[in-house]
Amino acid sequence: MNIAAATNENLAQISNYLIYSAMAVYALAFIGHIAEWVFGSRSKVARTAAALGRGRGAGAEASASVPEQPAVQVREGGTTTMERPKVVTRSAPGARADVPDGPGAAAGDEQGDMYGRIAISLTTLGFLFHVAGVLTRSFSVQRAPWANMYEFSTAFSMCIVGAYLLLLVLKKKVRWIGLPLITTVLLDLGLATTVLYTESDQLVPALHSYWLWIHVSLAIVCGALFYLGFVATLLYLFRDPYEAKLERGDKPGKFATSVMERLPSAASLDKFAYRINAAVFPFWTFTIVAGAIWAGDAWGRYWGWDPKEVWSFITWVAYACYLHARATVGWKGRKAATLALIAFACFLFNYYGVNIFFNGKHSYSGL
Amino acid sequence: MSTTETGSDTGARSPGADEAAEATERAETAEASSALSTAPGEEKLNVPALGVIGWARWFWRQLTSMRVALILLFLLSLGAIPGSVIPQTSVDSVKVEQFKEKHELLTPVYEKLQLFDVYTSVWFSAIYILLFISLVGCIVPRTWQFVGQLRSRPPRAPRRLDRMPAYTTWHTDADPEQVLGAARTMLKRKRFRVNAEGNAVTSEKGYLREAGNLLFHIALIVLLLAFAAGQLWKAEGNKLIIQGDGFANTLTQYDDFRSGSLFTADDLDNFGFTLKDFHARFEKTGPQKGSARDYRADISYWEGDGKEKDTTVKVNEPLRSGDAKVYLMAHGFAPVVTVKDGKGDVAFRGPVAFLQQDTNLTASGVVKVTDYRDAKGRKDQLGFQGFFVPTYAPGSGSMFSQWPELKNPVMFLTAYHGDLGLDYGAAQNVYQLDTENLKQFKKKDGSPLAQKLVPGDTMKLPDGAGSLKFEGVKEWANFQISHEVGNGWALGGAMTAIAGLAGSLFIQRRRVWVRAVRGADGRTVVEMAGLARSESAKLPEELGDLAYTLQSSAPTAPAPAPEPEAGTEAESAPEEPETASASQDGDENGDQDGDGTASQPETGESRGDTADTRSSRGERQ
Ligand code: HEM
Repeated sequence: MNIAAATNENLAQISNYLIYSAMAVYALAFIGHIAEWVFGSRSKVARTAAALGRGRGAGAEASASVPEQPAVQVREGGTTTMERPKVVTRSAPGARADVPDGPGAAAGDEQGDMYGRIAISLTTLGFLFHVAGVLTRSFSVQRAPWANMYEFSTAFSMCIVGAYLLLLVLKKKVRWIGLPLITTVLLDLGLATTVLYTESDQLVPALHSYWLWIHVSLAIVCGALFYLGFVATLLYLFRDPYEAKLERGDKPGKFATSVMERLPSAASLDKFAYRINAAVFPFWTFTIVAGAIWAGDAWGRYWGWDPKEVWSFITWVAYACYLHARATVGWKGRKAATLALIAFACFLFNYYGVNIFFNGKHSYSGL
Repeated sequence: MSTTETGSDTGARSPGADEAAEATERAETAEASSALSTAPGEEKLNVPALGVIGWARWFWRQLTSMRVALILLFLLSLGAIPGSVIPQTSVDSVKVEQFKEKHELLTPVYEKLQLFDVYTSVWFSAIYILLFISLVGCIVPRTWQFVGQLRSRPPRAPRRLDRMPAYTTWHTDADPEQVLGAARTMLKRKRFRVNAEGNAVTSEKGYLREAGNLLFHIALIVLLLAFAAGQLWKAEGNKLIIQGDGFANTLTQYDDFRSGSLFTADDLDNFGFTLKDFHARFEKTGPQKGSARDYRADISYWEGDGKEKDTTVKVNEPLRSGDAKVYLMAHGFAPVVTVKDGKGDVAFRGPVAFLQQDTNLTASGVVKVTDYRDAKGRKDQLGFQGFFVPTYAPGSGSMFSQWPELKNPVMFLTAYHGDLGLDYGAAQNVYQLDTENLKQFKKKDGSPLAQKLVPGDTMKLPDGAGSLKFEGVKEWANFQISHEVGNGWALGGAMTAIAGLAGSLFIQRRRVWVRAVRGADGRTVVEMAGLARSESAKLPEELGDLAYTLQSSAPTAPAPAPEPEAGTEAESAPEEPETASASQDGDENGDQDGDGTASQPETGESRGDTADTRSSRGERQ
C-alpha cells in the first residue's frame, strides 16, 4: 500500500516535470513562430488587392502571373491520356470576388519558413512531453486524467495541439494558426500549473463512472475544436474588413497589410470556422446528452438547471444561433461570426467561469 | 470566381453593366437552386394589408420565419443566464432563503420577475413556447414541401451551366446521346436521382440532409414534450432508513415528498426495500483526506410479486423499479439507546438517527420519549438533545469528530422533560427539540445536566427520574426515491436529434448537370456543372471525379483551334485560359480544406513548377 502510494506520488511528480518540459519546448516554438512572422514581413505580397481587381500598385505581381497561365496548356495532348478534367469554381453571385489565400506567416521567405518549420517540429516535441505528462498523471491516480481544473486544462491544451498537428498531418492548410495556438496553449498551461494546480488525487463517489471518460473527454475535445473554429472566426473578423477596404479602393496601413496579406482569405477562414463548428455541434449535443444521462444516474435527475448545465445549454443554443444565422440571408458573414465568438465565449465561461464563480453540483474544480 | 472575369473583361465593363450581369446571374443561380432546400425564404417586414386576417397571417409568417427563430433562440440563451447567477428554488431552496435575507431591496423585485424560478417563469416559458410554435409552424410546411420534392423530379438544367459554382467542359468524339446515356447510368449508379430532359441530364443527391434536418427539429419537439411530461408527472421524496429498517413505497412512508402538478398517489410504483448494511470508504491520506471515496448500501427489495431480492445501491447506480429510481444520497450514524422511566420500565428502545453537521460526520440529534412516567408515576415526556461524534479525540479539547468512521464514538447529551409539543397534531421536525414547554434537568449544583457517553455508558437522570443507556451505534442511509416519466422519450428524442443533426450537417445536398451538344465542327461538347446548397469544396472534387468517370465513355478529343469556333462556342472557348487559372484557385481552396488532394494535386504541382513557384511553395505547408 505504501509502496504503491509512493510510486503514485513519484509518477505525479514526473507528470509535473513533463508538463513543465512541454511548456519550455512550447515556449521555444512560440519564439520560432515569432521569427517566422518577423522574417515573413520582409516579403511583399499583395495578392488580395490584385485579385479584387482594384489594387493599385500592388497588383503587379499577380497580374504578371496571369499572362503566364496559357503557358500551361491544360488540354494539350488530352486525346489519349486520361487526364483529370479541370473544374472551374466560382463563388456565388454577389459574394466578394474570389481572393487567393495568403501564403502563410513566412510569406515565402526562406528563413522565415525555416523558423516556422522549426516551430512546428518543436510543437510536435512539446506535444509528446505534454501527452506523456497527461498519461503519467492518469497512471498516478489510476483514473481518467480530467477530474479537476488543473487536469481539464492540461488535457484541453493537449487536445488543441493534437487537433492542430492532426490537421497538419492530413495536409490541411492550418499553419497560419500556429502562433495564436501556441500562445493560447502557453497561457493555458501557465494558468494550470500556477493558479489551478491541484495535487493528484482520487475521485469523489459521484465521479466514479465510465461516463467520466465519455462525457468529460468529449467535452474537452469539443472545446479544443471549437477553439480552432474560434481562432479562424476571430481572424476572419479582421481579414474581412481588410478585404472590404481594399475592395472599396482604400489603402490599409502597412502593418495591417503585412499581417493580413499572409492570412488565408476571409472566405477560407469563414469556411474553415463554419466547417469546424458545424462538425463539432453534433458532438457537443452528444456531450450534453451524455452528461444528462450521467446526472440521471448520479443525482437522480437528468436535468436540474445546475449552473454547469445551464451554461452548457446556453453554449449549445448559441452555436445553434450561429448555424441558423448562416442559413439566414442577411445574417451571414460578420454578424454570424460575431455569434460564433459569443458562443465560444459561453463555452469558455462554462469551462472556467462556472467552476470558479458558481457553486453547483459540478464543483470538482479542486479550487 | 472573378479571376475568371477579371482576366478577360473587367476593364471593359462599366459598373452598371456589372450590376446587370450580376442580377441575371443571380436569377439564374436562383433558378438552378430552386427547391434544393426547404428553408423558408426571407421576407421583408412588409406591412400587411389591413384586416384581422391580414394581420394574423402576417404575424404567423413572422413567427415562423427564420429571422424570428433566430431571435427567439438568442433570447432563450439570454433568458437562461439569470438562473445560473441567482439561486433557484428548484435547485437549492436554502440558498434562496439566505439570499432573500441578505438582499431586502432586491428580493421583492426578483420575486416579481420570478427570478428565483427562472425556468418555470412566465417569461421564460413564453420564449420557449413561442420558439416551439415557431418550430412547428416551420416544420410542417417544410415537411410537405420535402415530400413534394421527393415525389417530383429534379428541375431542368439551367441554360448556362458555366455560371454554376463548379463547372467543367471538354470535347469528345462520342455522340451526344451516347454521352447523356452514359451520364445517366453513371449518376444512377452513384445514387443520384436523375431526370433527363432534352440535351441535358439533371441529377440530385443528398436528400438525407433535408431529411436529417427535419428529423432533428421534430426530435427537438419530442424532447421538449418528454421534458414537459417529466416535469408534470414527476414525484420525488426522501426517506431516511436505519440499518435493519424497511420502506414501502407509499406516500405516508416518505420523510418529505414533492410532486408535479399532474401526479397522483396512484402513480407510485409498488415496491419496497430493507437496508441491511452500509459501507463507506474514505480517503486516508493526502490533501483530500476524509473525502468519501465510495458509498454502498446493501439492500433487499421486493416488487409486485413480493419476492425478496438482494442488491447494492451505489452513488452512480440507483435501484430501478418501474418508473421509480432509488438513489443513495447520504449516510450517518444512529446511536441505539434504551430509556427507562422512573419505575425502571423501558420507555423507549431503538436507534435514533443523528444528522450530519460536518464532513467528519459530527452529528446532532434528539431522542424523544412520549410514553414515560416520572419517579412518582406521573405521565410526562422526555427529550434528549445533543451530539454524536464517530471519532472523538480526547486530548483535542474539540467536540468535533476527527474522522468520518466509527473509531471512538462518543455522544454528548442534555436532558429535558415536559411537553414535547407532539400532541397538537402540528407537523414537527423529528430532529429538533422544541424546548419552549420543556424544563432542563439540573444537577445538584444547579447547572444543566450534560453528560459524555461512550457505548455502554448510562446517563442517570436526577431524583430517580430514569436513565438513558447508550447501547451501540447503527448506520443509516438516506434515499431519494424519484418517479420519472418520459425519460425514454427524452433519451430517444435526444438521440434522434443527434442522428438528424449528423445528417443535416455532414451531408451535402447537391445537383449535377450534364449537357452534351454537337458543336459546329461536328464534335460533341460535354458540359458538366454542380451546385450545392452551401458552397462546398467537396463539390468541385466530386464533379471532377464524375467527369473523370464519364470520360471513359466520352474520351476527350483535342480542343479545336479557337478561330473557327468563334461563332457557336463563343461562351466556352474564350474562357479556356481562365479555366486554367481558375482551376488553380480551385486547387488552392481544395487544399486549404484539405479535400482537394484527391483530384487536383497534379495540376497544382505542375503549375507550381511552371507558373507560380514562389507562391505555391509558400502555401503548400
Ligand atoms: C429549438 C430551437 C432550434 C434549434 C436548436 C435549431 C437548430 C438548428 C440547426 C443546428 C440547424 C442546422 C444548421 C445548418 O444546416 O447549417 C438548423 C437548421 C434549420 N433550422 Fe433550426 N433550430 C431550431 C428552431 C428552428 C425554428 C423555430 C425554425 C423555423 C422557423 C428552424 C428552421 C430551420 C431551417 C429552415 C433550417 C435549415 C437551414 C438550412 O437548410 O441550411 N429552426 N436548425
